[in-house]
Amino acid sequence: MNVLIYLVPMALLLGLTGLIAFLWSLRSGQYEDLDGAAIRILPDDDLGPRKE
Amino acid sequence: MAETLDLSMFVARGEAGAAHMTLAVEGVACAGCIRKIETGLAKLPGVIDARLNFTQRRLAVDWREDEIDAERIIAAIEAIGYRAHPFAPERVEAADGAEAKRLLKCLAVAGFAAMNVMLLSVSIWAGNVSDMTQETRDLFHWLSALIALPAAAYAGQPFFQSALRGIRTRSLNMDVPISVGVILALGLSVFETAAHATHAYFDSAIMLLFFLLCGRYLDLAMRRKTRLFAGNLASLKAEFAHRLEASGELVRVPVAALHPGDRLLVRPGERVPADGTVIGGSSAIDDSLVTGETLNRSVGAGATIYAGSIAISGALTMRVTAAGAGTLVEEVEELLQKATAAKSQTVRLADRAARLYAPVVHAMAALTALGWLVAGASIHDAIVIAIAVLIITCPCAIALAIPAVQVVAAGALFRSGVILNSGDAIERLAVVDTVVFDKTGTLTLPEPQIEETAGIDPHVLERAARLALSSRHPLAAALARAARERRPYPDAIETPGQGVRAMIDGNEARLGSAGFCGVADEGQGAAAPRGDASIITFVHAGKAVRIAIRQALRPDAVAVVKALRERGLHIIVLSGDRREAVAPVAHALGVGDWRADLTPTEKVAIIETLKSRSRGVLMVGDGLNDAPALAAAHVSLSPITAAHLAQAHADALFLGDKLEPVLRAVGGARRARSLMLQNLALAAAYNALAVPIAVAGLITPLIAALAMSGSSLLVTLNALRARLGS
Repeated sequence: MNVLIYLVPMALLLGLTGLIAFLWSLRSGQYEDLDGAAIRILPDDDLGPRKE
Repeated sequence: MAETLDLSMFVARGEAGAAHMTLAVEGVACAGCIRKIETGLAKLPGVIDARLNFTQRRLAVDWREDEIDAERIIAAIEAIGYRAHPFAPERVEAADGAEAKRLLKCLAVAGFAAMNVMLLSVSIWAGNVSDMTQETRDLFHWLSALIALPAAAYAGQPFFQSALRGIRTRSLNMDVPISVGVILALGLSVFETAAHATHAYFDSAIMLLFFLLCGRYLDLAMRRKTRLFAGNLASLKAEFAHRLEASGELVRVPVAALHPGDRLLVRPGERVPADGTVIGGSSAIDDSLVTGETLNRSVGAGATIYAGSIAISGALTMRVTAAGAGTLVEEVEELLQKATAAKSQTVRLADRAARLYAPVVHAMAALTALGWLVAGASIHDAIVIAIAVLIITCPCAIALAIPAVQVVAAGALFRSGVILNSGDAIERLAVVDTVVFDKTGTLTLPEPQIEETAGIDPHVLERAARLALSSRHPLAAALARAARERRPYPDAIETPGQGVRAMIDGNEARLGSAGFCGVADEGQGAAAPRGDASIITFVHAGKAVRIAIRQALRPDAVAVVKALRERGLHIIVLSGDRREAVAPVAHALGVGDWRADLTPTEKVAIIETLKSRSRGVLMVGDGLNDAPALAAAHVSLSPITAAHLAQAHADALFLGDKLEPVLRAVGGARRARSLMLQNLALAAAYNALAVPIAVAGLITPLIAALAMSGSSLLVTLNALRARLGS
């Protein structure tokens, strides 16, 4: 059962990382415009002029 | 006269000439729109940042004031092809946003804790039937406590606070048993862990919080969505007033920025922007949005006029008076106060359930403890079993049963054009048996319509309609809507209150009163108008055409009234208009129970009489004179075109030209209520099944977890049915 000594903290750490990531994304306003985020990826004018 | 636009009330100023404004944008539908608006604005000199929120259809713009101003930004958006309306966010909205963020944080913490505690709990359950040592189990229990206690202290706050408020005001809400259950479950688990016991309920407590927070967040998200939408609509129809400055300059200001004492100019065809007295000029005015009266009244200096009336024939100068100074407004305000105070607070279904539920459950837990003591169990065992009863009956399913249905039903109503103002409106809508309609603007369309186009040559009608585009007269506006070509004739000249003329194909065309067009007055021959129709004459190349324009019924009014009656509802029409105008409408709808010439006081009195005969009254109305009746009725609906005061006192608003949303609202609410009752029954059945097991002392944390999530899922899935079959 000694394996628990590092497995349990690892599991908790992973979960905590997820929680902190979520709280960070909430704070930085990533949930303010859910529909907009879904369609903002469609226009590809950020790729610059196409080489033909 | 030069005219400037004053938007300063919408602009937030920052440091060093930086300014910020939020705009509600119409017509945004796709990814291309976002790009066009954002890049289009970014190209303007002085614009620092423009960001469009697609979900809210709102644009946030930052700019430097010395290089560009708000008016030019709005003009630029219009040039790109969208209409933007400056927007002053309401305080409620900001509070809602903060609350949503807080709930989401609590939800995230509870979710994280639930997952990790469950990870440990499943290991314990598996270990209990295999070879887990007591030391390992204790370690896992302590780890669970380490996660669950701080998480519950944080994520349980919305419930604890509301429970405290409930206890202080001596009104038992659902949060009291929830808080008691969670705190006891956690306390018992810590105690048991310290005593090296097999069972601890950390997972149950934290999972309960997680489920309930889900329900609460969804509820708030739905309300926020409708409120945002209503806010956008309000700014879309926000009106501007022409204010006369002391210097004689004319400034366009948003109505919200008006103060008592301001002098305003109201041109023919414009709505009176605020209550006040006339200080110059004279005009016929249309009071239909205020009193329901469709016959125009003429006013001159000294007369009192109300916001919402339309000046028809002449320009007026008016002075804004403080709200409540006019006689009608005073009467309405007084009635409103009485009606709001007298409104018997209908007890919500959820609160009724809580009142019934909490004493029963707590008494049962006490009896269980007593019973086990009498049967010879130790004090420790008796208390542990009693707390297990409290945990298993913790009202997860009951607390989700009603909000879940409300969220789904409000969403379904939103999609069919009904915006709910208050959360429990659904419950109250479901039990109405009498529908009271106002006539003007509710059963009839708010704007007058062309009565008949059949007898008129379409080309002639098109020319008349296009000529009408150049007029501000409200009757011309009805005609102008028929124009397919939206460009007005270039040389059209309007004589206010008389008509418009222009050269069309080399001949002079005139549109307006019979006198202005130089033809004999109406009232002769077969084409005399019926009832309250108004006539516009159009003359072109010597040929005269008369077009009748009148207040028309909403296109589906007859069908909706019939369908409502088929659902067993009694229909009544109460109008402030004259008998001659109300009778034909009531006849067309087949409504026998109608009254005309009513004052706001009489409308309220009739509704009170109905209520005293224990009828559930739904009031549908739009005028200022309807506002007290809307507040007095059990539940009320207003069209989105209604007067501001009426909207404020309605429980829900409906969109569009059709009356169908009224029918949908009643139907949807009835279905929602039956689902709520079903859900409560399901929750009760779950308790009836689980409680005997708990009382017998056979509950383990595993069974508690399964029962709790199972019943929550069941009621949530059942609530989803509110979407179906609309």
